[in-house]
Amino acid sequence: MMNTDVANVTRMTNARGAAIALIAGVVFAAGLALGGMMDPRKVQGFLNVGGITTGQWDPSLAFVMGGALLVSFITFALVKTKDVSWLGGALTLPNRNDIDVRLIAGSVLFGIGWGLSGFCPGPAIASLVHGGASVLMFVGAMLVGMLIAKKTLG
Amino acid sequence: MHPYLQSFVGGLLVGTAVWILLKGIGRVAGISGIAAEAISSPRTSLWRFAFLLGLIIGGAFFVKFFSIPTANVASGGALIAAGLLVGFGTVVAGGCTSGHGVCGLGRRSMRSLVATASFMGAGMVTVAILNALKAGA
Repeated sequence: MMNTDVANVTRMTNARGAAIALIAGVVFAAGLALGGMMDPRKVQGFLNVGGITTGQWDPSLAFVMGGALLVSFITFALVKTKDVSWLGGALTLPNRNDIDVRLIAGSVLFGIGWGLSGFCPGPAIASLVHGGASVLMFVGAMLVGMLIAKKTLG
Repeated sequence: MHPYLQSFVGGLLVGTAVWILLKGIGRVAGISGIAAEAISSPRTSLWRFAFLLGLIIGGAFFVKFFSIPTANVASGGALIAAGLLVGFGTVVAGGCTSGHGVCGLGRRSMRSLVATASFMGAGMVTVAILNALKAGA
């Protein structure tokens, strides 16, 4: 009886949590779309810092990052580790502070792929419906790369 | 709306999504981590699949709604290599543009600052090499 109640509460929390996560995903995608980040040309245009002198540089990504960081900074500044979420659960916050080879090497590999394609994980996944075969290929390869990293490096 | 202002407003929405996920269910909106966990531990990932579904539905809808131009800049082998590098690299580094860039920098994490500088630097070098190759060809 008790176990059934616990199971029911967990299931309801799961459903409400999933609904909140779904909304967060939609809002995230709206920001990526409005910010122009679903166009890989704008991403490469930002990374093309050589274009600053020739007037071809596209600073859009910096404005997206600026807006996102403003809200993110305020959010994390106001949140305390002992806070509970709207669903009443504890917050799961990252706790690592170490800077190691894996952090830098992994980020460099990611940066090379990002520069080559103009896609990072968020915009690529958000482009799955309209992006055609090439986005499917990219996201498929990305998921394979993730699984390889998980399996080999734990 | 001026395109830079539009990008800034887009950024505010991305930040709002970070706020909803953190306040709502206590999770950090790191998309590479969410995707990698969803496929490696699907049984405990209902909220992750829901978030990814929202991202896909939202992407499809708002690209049409705002008439956002999209394109592909790579194809074939280069695109697959890029996908493998992005997936492998973000899991090894424990985050991508959202997890390290938006959430990590928002938390004033030195670890995320080093990660963000590394992937932005590598991306800039990569695009510079691509442009040099294009100019030479």
